[in-house]
Amino acid sequence: MFAYYLDLALRSLRRNKVLTALMVLAIAVGIGASMTTLTVMHLLSGDPLPGHSAHLFYAQVDADPGPRGGSHREPPDMLDYRSATDLWEAQRADRQALIVDSQLKVAASDMNVPALMLTMLGTTADFFPMFAVPFQYGSAWTAQDDAQRARVAVISADLNDRLFGGGNSVGRTLHLRDSDVRIVGVLKPWRPTPQFYTVVGGRFANGDTAGYFGKPEDVFVPFRSALEINDGAFQQFNCWEAPATPGHLQDASCNWIGLWVELGSAVKVAAYRDFLDHYAQQQKAAGRFNYSETRLRDLMGWLDFNHAIPRSVKLQAWLAFAFLGICLFNTVGLLLAKFLRRAGEFGVRRALGASRRAVFAQCLTEAALIGLIGGVGGWLLSLLGLWLVRRQPAPYADLAHLDGGMFVVTFVLAVAVSVVAGALPALRASRVAPALQLKTL
Amino acid sequence: MQIKPVLMALKKHRLATVLIALEIALACAVLCNAVFMIASRLSAMRIVSGVDESSLGFIQLEGFDPARADDLNARVLHSLGAIPGVQAVRVINSVPFGPMAGAFGVTLDQAGEQFRGVPEIYLGDPGTPEALGLTLVAGRMPAAEDYQPIREGYLPASSNVLITRTFAERLWPGADALGKTFWTGQNQFRVIGVVANLSVQQYDEEGERGAQWTVFVPALPGPHLAGGYLVRADPQALDRVMVDAKAVLAKAAPDAVFDHSQSDTLPALRTRFFQADRAMAGILVGVIAALLGVTALGIVGLASFWVAQRRKQIGIRRAIGATRGDILRYFQTENFLIVTLGIALGMLLAYVLNALLMTFYELPHLPLYYLPIGALALWLLGQLSVLGPALRAAAVPPVVATRS
Repeated sequence: MFAYYLDLALRSLRRNKVLTALMVLAIAVGIGASMTTLTVMHLLSGDPLPGHSAHLFYAQVDADPGPRGGSHREPPDMLDYRSATDLWEAQRADRQALIVDSQLKVAASDMNVPALMLTMLGTTADFFPMFAVPFQYGSAWTAQDDAQRARVAVISADLNDRLFGGGNSVGRTLHLRDSDVRIVGVLKPWRPTPQFYTVVGGRFANGDTAGYFGKPEDVFVPFRSALEINDGAFQQFNCWEAPATPGHLQDASCNWIGLWVELGSAVKVAAYRDFLDHYAQQQKAAGRFNYSETRLRDLMGWLDFNHAIPRSVKLQAWLAFAFLGICLFNTVGLLLAKFLRRAGEFGVRRALGASRRAVFAQCLTEAALIGLIGGVGGWLLSLLGLWLVRRQPAPYADLAHLDGGMFVVTFVLAVAVSVVAGALPALRASRVAPALQLKTL
Repeated sequence: MQIKPVLMALKKHRLATVLIALEIALACAVLCNAVFMIASRLSAMRIVSGVDESSLGFIQLEGFDPARADDLNARVLHSLGAIPGVQAVRVINSVPFGPMAGAFGVTLDQAGEQFRGVPEIYLGDPGTPEALGLTLVAGRMPAAEDYQPIREGYLPASSNVLITRTFAERLWPGADALGKTFWTGQNQFRVIGVVANLSVQQYDEEGERGAQWTVFVPALPGPHLAGGYLVRADPQALDRVMVDAKAVLAKAAPDAVFDHSQSDTLPALRTRFFQADRAMAGILVGVIAALLGVTALGIVGLASFWVAQRRKQIGIRRAIGATRGDILRYFQTENFLIVTLGIALGMLLAYVLNALLMTFYELPHLPLYYLPIGALALWLLGQLSVLGPALRAAAVPPVVATRS
């Protein structure tokens, strides 16, 4: 029966090409716009470490020494040096990594490439296994390197291409500001989306969070080595009083370090929460803290708290779906016109014994077919849309590609929209009174 | 034209009428809000910087040794000053639309209790206000002795500063700002001059900081003021000067890294700063165009259908004396009524959508005058799209009435 309906639908579509084209166009444009924005949303709202992110947590305590208004306070987004190193040295989690970014001049001493200003991540050895960072050559440094402030570095695939032409550069020397470091590892291309481990300050960003979707750092160095190599170039998240030496924040009242911990089970999470609370209370008792609020959010919770999806992207998605709604109304109107025009045909079918249900099914088949064709158009238009997104000046622009899942969603959405649009007109068509229509033939 | 028969006919097609009206209502709501958003983006882009943008360029050097900052400054000033066409080179921390160089919370008292906001600070060496082309509205420009060295931290311990008119009004509403003092931590500022405008480096229209909340602090170059250079040249020569500057600095300052992303002419920096706004405005224009297109298609489709359906009735009307104009006006009136219904609903919807967007996006209220403009646009769209089908209807010959 379905094949017969399909045949009827094709005939009907061919009969009035202009009306068919209008409907297909409306669906294609609506689907194209919504799938473009939906794909960008999907890319930006994804889990950067699927299956693993639930075990990763971001720790916060509040080292603000001054009294300030408001009873319930959110701890600052980053830690001061003392709290960060205290918590890290306690080694209470399965794995723990300190995070601090800074800008510095990088050169390869034996290569003829001009010096570059790059971002260096100072972190600890656990960073690499904890965040499943893939290596092309060599490996991460060890906990011993952390302790000894070893002059070693891991570099990104991108930097390895630029400086060493993509070869195995393990063992070679990199010139970081005024220090020489030995390369121990080269990463494979790695692009966590968002670059979750440096996400901070979302609540002050007024929705402008596109910066979270940039590329990871090019140079990774042990935390304490980084502090020594690039002393004087560290940026605070915020300070309670201006640091005596700008860029040297170890003894300043400033927040500037992040701490990520990996906790394998709910029991460990609870234990770590207690540990944080206990630490804060102890510091408060000692007079160093004024507040004992702590937070331990998991990775997705932290991204959520920072409203990681840029507001402009959400706004575009809203617009696109309002637009799809308009296309839907449009299609309902056109289908209604199309079906009611064929009242005579349906009258004959009904008179010959077709049930209302059969007429209804026939109409829906036709609507679904329009949806499918519109889906193809929508797919092409969303490819065009994503091409336009890639040309936008946004850090996530290069990520905008249609994956397999979203390809399927395009067609499902197109057919669903057209079937929904077709339901009411089909119902109307199936209610046609056969006798009345036959009389007018 | 009698409206009653048109209404009677529409009653027969209640569903289709309601659908088109709803489509127009949604279009009206999205149209008003999208146009409003475009307008607010465009107005944000018209921010007045207060400096002679077309004559200015900014150069940012990084990666040099702070201990050798004086040496670097001297080399850069000398080599840039030697480029033909350069009128002035100054050491500055940043420029409007340049990198964010520093914002400090300020208070009216040393104890830090009367907080008045977080302005952005410009630091520049002697001659910088003149090179920027700031317009003084009260007081005086900094004299040679007002330029103080930065001994520790980010600022001179105590300085005689310029502030903008807007920020003066923020600090001391209605009062004369000249000679008054304000503080950031233990650093004191005394106002010696008020300038018309000097916009912040990175303006965020939704942030708490006003576009003109700035303080110009006269300072002497040194380890804490180095690496950023203001170049003033004739507007015609500026682009060439900036290209030459890059080549010159590669030789004169090989120890520093030229920051390509931050170094450019001010017009170029301004263009880049608003790139995302322009892209968003472009998307909104695209959405509006597609939206109006689809709505027009819907009207054309349905009107064509109605014309085809009523061929016989049109023939009869023509046969008993209706002119072509009567038929044409019939369909035009019908369209006008449907669109009016849609607009009435759409205005309501526009306000609901605006309220929704306001809760999520801190948008301002939709000004009332957008509604009649949106209505006019949709009436026009409706009349234009119905014209084709209506003309076809008017062309139906009376003889149709005699055929069965």
